[in-house]
Amino acid sequence: MLSLAGVTVRFDDVVAVREVTLDLPDGDVLAVVGPSGCGKSTLLRAVAGLEPLAAGTVSWDGDDLAGTPTHRRGFALMFQDGQLFDHLTVGRNVGYALRLRGASRSSTRARVDELLALVGLAGFAGRLPRTLSGGERQRVALARSLAAEPRLLLLDEPLSSLDATLRTRLAGDLRQILRDAGTTALLVTHDQEEAFTVADRLAVMRAGQVVQEGATAEVWSAPADPETALFLGYDAVLEGRAAGVLLGEDRDGGTPVAVRRSALVASPVGGVGLAARVVAVSAAPDELRLLLDVEGVGELPAVGAAGWLPAAGDRVTVRVDRDRVAVLDR
Amino acid sequence: MDRPREPLGRLGYVALAAFPVAALGVFFVLPVAGMLHRGIWPEGRFDPGAVLEVLGRPRTLRVVWFTVWTSTVATALSVALGLPVAYVLHRLRFPGRGVVRALVLVPFVLPTVVVGVAIRQLVAESGPLGLLGLDGTPWAIVLGLVFFNVAVVIRTVGAAWESLDRRPAEAAAALGASPHQVLRTVTLPALRPAIVSAASVVFLFCATAFGVVLVLGGLRYASVETEIYLLTTNLLDLPAAAALSLVQLVAIVALLVVAGRLRRVPDPTVQRARVVATRPRTGDVPAILGTVLVLGALAAPITALVVSSLRVDGRWSLAAYRALEGKGNASVDGGGGALFLVPVQDALANSVAIATDATWMSLLLGTVVAFLVTRRTRTPAGRITRGGLDAFFMLPLGVSAVTLGFGFLITLDHPPVDLRSSPLLVPIAQALVALPIVVRTLVPVLAGVDDRQRQAAASLGAGPVRTLLTVDVPVLWRPLLAAAGFSFAVSLGEFGATAFIVRPETPTLPVVIFRLLEHPGTLNYQTAMAGSVVLAGLIAAVVLVVERLRVPALGAW
Repeated sequence: MLSLAGVTVRFDDVVAVREVTLDLPDGDVLAVVGPSGCGKSTLLRAVAGLEPLAAGTVSWDGDDLAGTPTHRRGFALMFQDGQLFDHLTVGRNVGYALRLRGASRSSTRARVDELLALVGLAGFAGRLPRTLSGGERQRVALARSLAAEPRLLLLDEPLSSLDATLRTRLAGDLRQILRDAGTTALLVTHDQEEAFTVADRLAVMRAGQVVQEGATAEVWSAPADPETALFLGYDAVLEGRAAGVLLGEDRDGGTPVAVRRSALVASPVGGVGLAARVVAVSAAPDELRLLLDVEGVGELPAVGAAGWLPAAGDRVTVRVDRDRVAVLDR
Repeated sequence: MDRPREPLGRLGYVALAAFPVAALGVFFVLPVAGMLHRGIWPEGRFDPGAVLEVLGRPRTLRVVWFTVWTSTVATALSVALGLPVAYVLHRLRFPGRGVVRALVLVPFVLPTVVVGVAIRQLVAESGPLGLLGLDGTPWAIVLGLVFFNVAVVIRTVGAAWESLDRRPAEAAAALGASPHQVLRTVTLPALRPAIVSAASVVFLFCATAFGVVLVLGGLRYASVETEIYLLTTNLLDLPAAAALSLVQLVAIVALLVVAGRLRRVPDPTVQRARVVATRPRTGDVPAILGTVLVLGALAAPITALVVSSLRVDGRWSLAAYRALEGKGNASVDGGGGALFLVPVQDALANSVAIATDATWMSLLLGTVVAFLVTRRTRTPAGRITRGGLDAFFMLPLGVSAVTLGFGFLITLDHPPVDLRSSPLLVPIAQALVALPIVVRTLVPVLAGVDDRQRQAAASLGAGPVRTLLTVDVPVLWRPLLAAAGFSFAVSLGEFGATAFIVRPETPTLPVVIFRLLEHPGTLNYQTAMAGSVVLAGLIAAVVLVVERLRVPALGAW
């Protein structure tokens, strides 16, 4: 089990990571999410032993790793852009860790073929990294990391250099591969969807500190504060009276409420719901996106019922899906 | 189909190319060809037999073998000693790093004659290393060659190492590679092109070294270069000299081709990044110790040189420096009159004036060449032309300065080109010797300019000249100043070609130093030391100024 206690990393006078404490049980996948520059990559590098700690400990099964250099930690780090060795073929990249340990040529080759098949690149062993696409490079990097049979796999924004479609597909693959291999992994990403797909647990980081940690679904449905909610993909945070009107409760002075676009479903006037006026309309391939001025609440994003196209200025009725609204603690 | 317009039309390219090609044709190809012609067509008849006869002589074989083995050993030593220093000076952060970086460059630009003198000072029986008994052995020469060339390895490899992305090494460490394994499997492969470049250019400098071998080898040991000098001046055996020049030319072209192939790696794109130097860690101790050792070894000959210039008749004295005002003593007892027509200090003034002329010439020529060989071209013919020009202007690097100097003497003294009495003759020769360094300093910078910047400027309405001013000139001025400094230093110390063509009434300082050494009479030896110190100090000052400009590489070869 990986344990971080009070981990602090300083660059000259800038504190990049401040007193982070986290536990990662064996077999779990933990995603550290946060906006760019929040210190999450630095945290990952500190775990790998690539950044010296200013304070705190990184330990594995209770052993402090302070004196253990990177190559003896048994933590494989997969970089954002793969960092394949361009002078080696795909096969030699993947077999790198095996050859370091003096594995025989034939057993290395067999394992390399197996891993390449696992990441869906069977037959790529003879290629040079330069000839691969971005997605293929990341798959090779993943296979190379898995070949090291790390006790912990560190993933630094593994998919963020890829385009959206590929990212969604690879995120699913990555989860499957990690599950199948039973790998303990620490993933760092700014993309909350990627984190949601791949990880069992989430830690949200902001300005060098972990602000929330828990099971993925738990964090997702109950963000700790407005900023976390917005980062996790909620579209708006309401406070005070507006929050009460939306929830249909009298909760003046209550805590803020975070709302997803999909929590508000607009339809032609009629039935139960809040009254609203359409401010703007845009059609996306699989849904109708609206910006509404909801009475007593203000402007909010919403979706429209299928097969219906209102115009700006139209009056509509909005139903609120309570499952897609999060009442925040503060 | 409409081709995108090149910034420089084909006609403009040809016109621009005509100038340096003509200059190199008249001042390089003509003299060298003249020299070879004299050797192979003696008395107007083609006589290759004479050449073959020379190549079969036991002495020739001995000279060639001597050149090959000393150069190989010196190259290997330079690389082995240069790598840890390159690492320490370019990857680690410590106070005084800039000054140390500048100082290691000094031996490279020291006049080769001075290097020879300094090393001899060190290994002489009375010197600090006298006990090792190196004086008069080939190892003194190897030592001199390493002293001279280790800076090339440090700078070339250091520049590559400095911008080497840290992350592949980190990725390897995270996969379980120990620091040693990271070095072997990731770092050295990434540095291979730079190491091969450095090694091949060091080998080239070793194989054509003149002053060092002449001073340290005396009559017992000769390299191809000093043998050409000996055959030409003392024995007047031109066919033999020409034959050796030919051998040298062929060998060096072959070397450059082989180096070009070795440099090729599966994937030439290296990940470059601005890397912040780190504080030294415990793992760096061996490299730091090695660096201290090398720095000490570099400082020792120079210190020995300075000390011996201040010792006259066993006492500390400035007499040798005062003697710089004199004209040297022609005889051992000091009663034989003057050795030179002018005082030694005038030779220093001559050197500076000549080096100034040589600098503007090599800069002018080098800038044009650098622009020519970095122009983007889309046609195969264009690429071949560009590659050909690039190789053509590197030729002075591979041809013996002695051959060049003697060629000047025999071809440029009659119409259509009569420069015998022109004060420009020496600067022209030195400019040619410095040309490759200028070109190699400017080319990487110009080649590194993303062509899309020029396209962006053009698309915003800038004409070719405006584009040049906006995109190229701002990145070029610093390397240009650096190239000027290197060129000045090289000209100041040039000896091989200058020795032939310099006129007795306007000698340069390296020539005077060599002649003083040939006549080791009263105070002459100390005067040579004092002159060497002055020259070395002057060149060190120039290099320190250049270093402040922070141009990354001493050219990319």
